[in-house]
Amino acid sequence: MALTTATSTKTSSTGESVSTKSPRAWLQQALPKIVLAPSFAITVIFVYGFIIWTIYLSFTNSKAFPNYVLTGSRAYQRLWRWTFESDPPSSWYTSITNMGIFGVLYVVICLALGLFLAILLDQKIRGEGILRPIYLYPMALSFIVTGVAWKWFLDPGLGLEQTLHQWGWTSFHFDWIKNKDFVIYTVVIAGVWQASGFVMAMFLAGLRGIDSEIMKAAQIDGASTLQLYRRIIIPLLRPVFLSAFIVLAHMAIKSYDLVVALTSGGPGGSAWLPSNFMYEYTFKRNEMAVGSASAVIMLMTISAIIVPYLYSELREKNK
Amino acid sequence: MRKLFMATAFLAASALTAHADDVKEVQMLHWWTSGGEAAALNVLKQDLAKEGYAWKDVPVAGGGGDAAMTALKAMVAAGNYPTASQMLGYTVLDYAAAGKMGDLTETAIAEGWDKAVPAALQKFAVYDGKWVAAPVNVHSVNWLWINKAVMDKIGGTEPKTFDEFIALLDKAKAAGVTPLALGGQNWQEATMFDSVVLSTGGPEFYKKAFNELDEESLKSDTMKKSFDNLAKLKEYVDPNFSGRDWNLATAMVIKGDALVQVMGDWAKGEFKAANKVPGTDFLCYRFPGTDGSVIYNSDMFGMFDVPADQKAAQIALAKATLSKSFQSAFNVVKGSVPARTDVPDTDFDACGKKGIADLKAANDGGTLFGSLAQGYGAPPAVANAYKDVVSKFVHGQITTSEEAVNQLVQAIDDAK
Repeated sequence: MALTTATSTKTSSTGESVSTKSPRAWLQQALPKIVLAPSFAITVIFVYGFIIWTIYLSFTNSKAFPNYVLTGSRAYQRLWRWTFESDPPSSWYTSITNMGIFGVLYVVICLALGLFLAILLDQKIRGEGILRPIYLYPMALSFIVTGVAWKWFLDPGLGLEQTLHQWGWTSFHFDWIKNKDFVIYTVVIAGVWQASGFVMAMFLAGLRGIDSEIMKAAQIDGASTLQLYRRIIIPLLRPVFLSAFIVLAHMAIKSYDLVVALTSGGPGGSAWLPSNFMYEYTFKRNEMAVGSASAVIMLMTISAIIVPYLYSELREKNK
Repeated sequence: MRKLFMATAFLAASALTAHADDVKEVQMLHWWTSGGEAAALNVLKQDLAKEGYAWKDVPVAGGGGDAAMTALKAMVAAGNYPTASQMLGYTVLDYAAAGKMGDLTETAIAEGWDKAVPAALQKFAVYDGKWVAAPVNVHSVNWLWINKAVMDKIGGTEPKTFDEFIALLDKAKAAGVTPLALGGQNWQEATMFDSVVLSTGGPEFYKKAFNELDEESLKSDTMKKSFDNLAKLKEYVDPNFSGRDWNLATAMVIKGDALVQVMGDWAKGEFKAANKVPGTDFLCYRFPGTDGSVIYNSDMFGMFDVPADQKAAQIALAKATLSKSFQSAFNVVKGSVPARTDVPDTDFDACGKKGIADLKAANDGGTLFGSLAQGYGAPPAVANAYKDVVSKFVHGQITTSEEAVNQLVQAIDDAK
């Protein structure tokens, strides 16, 4: 309440012709600001305020509870050392390599598969109305549901392998979910299954938005279908790529729940992502400083990727 | 407007006067929600109801202890203490060190807890000379749970040494049964490794390595040999063990798909829920080579520093928790043994009687040790570092026992 009044008095003092305007006009002018003020304050405190708080905690010696005495960068030194401990892999090393594998494969496969499905669906086929929701439907499920379903499906003693053994194909062997070297790829499989339909819908919308005159012109000029897509349509879909990339990248980085539901951390913690690492250290191991430091490193990594990309894309648009 | 103001003032005043009397309610945070556990806790609810205290569960989503601890942390950070919370080991001491716990010393002395509760447990229930928690039970970890029908079929007898245990597992393997039911989650692997270390190195070694975190012991050849023994046990696990929940592993033994599980005595609750009788359907032995020692963990009710008007309820809860009748009734259902050594064992089954006798003997003989895997050997950071190393060894990220020992020393050093 106090915040909204503060904001509204501020707007009234900056508006020059307040006294001459009717209250109604004043309200009309100030209303958007009043309405936005609470959410603005909440964002400032709970997003940016807590980012700063996390950065502060990462330089303390906080264990189970926050401790506000600054003790230097010991947490970062430990993470830095763990970054290079590859044999046997430290939990942090596992987490960041998994993030690389998962992030790249998840985004690339989702984009490729989504585009491919969208192009196929765009061929004016019959039954599109049925096919589209079928592909889109997995997106309606939470990561937890996806994780549990795929956990059972991939479990060698319950799912695919067991079923094929019962059908007589006894040499079939697929135990990735139990294998420390491959478990992260099962996370990719489940993640791609869930998100590629959504990416398809984005691309489909993009394809439908392309002016058919351009395509007709290209066809008259003698472009083959392949050329048409490679030279004209896909470049025109560039804004869709940007949106899809941003949606997928943030889903990849925050996919903590999928790892937990699908693998409960994997054999020997081999499926951990940095978010799992952060949660484990902060809340389960009472190493809040190390957890905070890993969160800060995640934030910096994400910023290093997203900010330049956004910057270049948006600047080009402004030109 | 004025009316509204008056009404608000009246409400506030009535709320204040209501608080002037003692609160006749116990707020309890716990994660005992499964059938047997909930039934066991009902005994306590009824005891308190007789004294006029209502019981209120603090709801926790998720069910597991981890979720409950996260919820507790948030509640305490917000200054909204429950009357008591189920807590484990070092968590109690962490909260006590942060000054969040109440003081039950008067009640404890009046009720004679300091004599009845084993000294090893008091280490976690007493902080800085003050009683801050009421222990509910003692679980012990170094048990074998064996399917008797399978045991008879393969003609096995109780293994007394680690080598005999391996021979028994070989027999089961030859008979085409999965010898060892293990759930490949880090705490289960580490819980089993607790027993392996006690068996391989003996009580003194366990104490030095896993309670005192003595670096020489952690680096020693005995520890390497313990890892080698763990590697041997791994040979008897079915290929699909990774990630399995502990109760599913117990179910394998109950159904006769597997011969034996190494697990704490909470596994007995699963056998009982399946209407199995100790001695005729299943057997409980101490882990080979650990007879006479007990590796324990214990559920405690941590008592928070609640406002004065809630103190009476808190004391009533603590008294009821450590009363002999509740200790017996609760632990018969839960599968654990009473947290005080002067409770009669008449209502307990064969395994329970052995557990009570073992606890008393271990307490008298100084061979009652905290389980490192269960968070009673060292603070959570160390315990989790330990679980990491054991799990990585079981799943092959760490390939040799030398490497495992080095990693263990390094990890514990990091976590200290």
